[in-house]
Amino acid sequence: MTLRDYAIRYGFIVLLVGLIAYFAIAADGFASPQSAVFIFQSVAITGVLALGVTATLVVGGFDLSIGSVATSAMMAASYAMVVLEQNAIVAVIACLVIGVIVGMINGWLIVYMRVPDLLATLGMMFLLLGLQRIPTEGRSIATGMTMPDGSVANGKFSETFLALGRHRIDFFIPNLIPVSVVVLVVLAVLIWFFLEYTRFGRMMYAVGSNERAAELAGAPVKAYKIWAYVISGVFASIGGILLAARLGRGDIASGNNLLLDAVAAALIGYAVLGAAKPNAFGTAVGAVFVGVLLQGLTMMNAPYYTQDFVKGAVLVVALVFTFALSGRGKR
Amino acid sequence: MGADAVFHVEGLRKSFGQNEVLGGISLELHSGEVTVLMGANGAGKSTLVKIVSGVYERGAGTMRLAGKAFDPQTPAEAIRAGVVTVHQNINDGVVADLDVATNLTLDRLSGKGASMLFKPANVRAEARAVADRMGLTIDLKARVSDLSLADRQMVAIARAMAHQPKVLILDEPTSSLSSAEADRLFSLIDRLRGQGVAILYISHRMSDIRRLADRIVSMRDGLVSGTFDKKPLDYEGAVNAMLGRKIHLDRVVARSSARAVFTAEGLQLAQGSKPISMTLGAGEVVAITGLVGVGKTALAETLFGVRRPLAGTMHIDGKPYGPGSAREAIAAGAFLVAKDRAASGIVGGFNIERNISLPFLRRMSGFGVMKKRAERVAARRQIDELGIVCRSEKDELSTLSGGNQQKVMVARWMSQASRLFILDEPFQGVDISARRDIAAKLRASADGRATLIFVTEIDEALETADRILVMSEHTIVGEHRNADVDLDRLLAEVAGGPLHSAA
Repeated sequence: MTLRDYAIRYGFIVLLVGLIAYFAIAADGFASPQSAVFIFQSVAITGVLALGVTATLVVGGFDLSIGSVATSAMMAASYAMVVLEQNAIVAVIACLVIGVIVGMINGWLIVYMRVPDLLATLGMMFLLLGLQRIPTEGRSIATGMTMPDGSVANGKFSETFLALGRHRIDFFIPNLIPVSVVVLVVLAVLIWFFLEYTRFGRMMYAVGSNERAAELAGAPVKAYKIWAYVISGVFASIGGILLAARLGRGDIASGNNLLLDAVAAALIGYAVLGAAKPNAFGTAVGAVFVGVLLQGLTMMNAPYYTQDFVKGAVLVVALVFTFALSGRGKR
Repeated sequence: MGADAVFHVEGLRKSFGQNEVLGGISLELHSGEVTVLMGANGAGKSTLVKIVSGVYERGAGTMRLAGKAFDPQTPAEAIRAGVVTVHQNINDGVVADLDVATNLTLDRLSGKGASMLFKPANVRAEARAVADRMGLTIDLKARVSDLSLADRQMVAIARAMAHQPKVLILDEPTSSLSSAEADRLFSLIDRLRGQGVAILYISHRMSDIRRLADRIVSMRDGLVSGTFDKKPLDYEGAVNAMLGRKIHLDRVVARSSARAVFTAEGLQLAQGSKPISMTLGAGEVVAITGLVGVGKTALAETLFGVRRPLAGTMHIDGKPYGPGSAREAIAAGAFLVAKDRAASGIVGGFNIERNISLPFLRRMSGFGVMKKRAERVAARRQIDELGIVCRSEKDELSTLSGGNQQKVMVARWMSQASRLFILDEPFQGVDISARRDIAAKLRASADGRATLIFVTEIDEALETADRILVMSEHTIVGEHRNADVDLDRLLAEVAGGPLHSAA
């Protein structure tokens, strides 16, 4: 291997390690288990979304609606519990159903209506941003809120549901690992196994790389594409559940950064280990990378408004790694 | 000859790297004549056209137009000098979102002396003049995207003719037209011929050529292999010169088969074409040959379930076979190595092993989880059997030569047993040794299944097949056992005309 090959393969990992080392020295308290857990917690939701969008990237598509699917799920969970006074299970199921339906509609628009993926999911994003505000006429959802018809919503977030976002599991140190991090790790392992080790994952990569060849090899290409969007929708709705559980209310102003962060994580993932293709491991590393960067900057008292800039810059650099250096990248 | 030749090409050469594509082409075009240029894929036709139209720079040689040196650096210069090309892809010649009038005058919107402002009235008047000269009866206000392919083609040609060129080059203009549409194109060409334009017409379709040609120039391997201008034109000679005949080093010993594996009855591929019936036997290798565009790929795709026949039935091992998709065809034991491996075969992100296992993932997995060992074993066996030159089964396809890439494509479909094994142009872009390896492997493994290969080059058929079928105009017009083949008759069938008494 030449130096260039090494740079492509390990460049991003080295960058990540270097970043951690730098923050560990420069920022007090960065190198501690609590800080590490905080990083994981902060990337749990975007990480889950990023894993979902990875599935659509694998089949050669893209899903811009994940952020708004997540916030819609958050609003739906809040509405179910606060206004309809349902329990946690109903709220979770409602969210997952939303994820499946949106994913199927996205897939249908792209596969059967031949709408380009970016445009179809962009449209879906705007649609959902509006839709999620209709039931409450634009208000955030919290216990004791006044409904449009003047009544007062008295339901509460169930404790079980809130535990998804707030409970911490003992791990050597008491109360260390949040449930959301466990969810992230489980989903990451699941999607990684699915993409790398099952024939379905293999065929999804084939569809993304050469659709006609996959079709002539007997693959139901349309079904695979639709499934990818369903996976993306479901993962985004799981992200929305975690968001609602963390916030404890349906906040219409939250979740603005989800799309950018998740897409950044997935695209950074292309550059990890020189994969030059969407992959679950890379996406997870990408999510951690974004988390480390933000946590470090925060601890070094960088102003909040520099964060988006830094994220964007990192994304651009990662894309250069993938497309220019390895010279075989394909979205 | 040559007294009234308006366009001369002398000793034109062109190489890409080591690869010489044109080895000294000389050509003359005469005013008011249609010169047909024939050549198989890779003969150098499109390179020639691109040099003449100013896209490529020539390596050596001279070109003269109407007595003056012709040396275009850009396509625009070629057009200004009077050589206009209408390319094969119709939509390259028109702007779909604009109306016909604007399309006809598009070239005056830019360039020297063009007015800054767009004057609809002037445009319409100019367009009307162009259309009248061409006898064009299309509504000038219609949007091009609403027109049929044939009408778009007319607009593209009319647009080219707006420059009043001395030489018009038409590159396979009928390849996507129906025969009625083609007839309109032919009367337009007759009209242009009458106006004294020198036309270079590139086509594979014998019916076009018979209808239009005043002269035929055949090309093969970057050289002019024959010029035919004595009336009546010798069409078979032209086809022969284009396809060539080499000395056959690898003659096969033709086998016959007793037991039928695949039968087709009354298969109709296109509107108005004669139905096809055929029987393929166990252990037999059958080649179907014919020019480009006679429906070989359509037949291959029909047998593989990607395309539906207009009529007819098929059987495999006596059981009815009517696949609705590639998936169903594979399940029934019909495999296809598709034409053009880059577009429809190779999965670029996958290594050799994964490219080979692609259609058979279900058979190589348990509960959906891939059995990597089984995959590796299958890949190694195929690499061995076909002699694929690589470091390991983990090599990326992009690191392999064209011949080895094609071997991987064949290996993919040989890794499991098939009943009907179809290969569409399996030797395209493949070097001679890989071609022999593949052909030998096909014959050695043919026992028990029916093997059907589609090739344009007759040599390839003679080298691989036990039996040769000839296709023309979407149907089968001839059959030859590959022993003492009557090549004159075969060529006549390929050329599609009535058989001249070959005494």
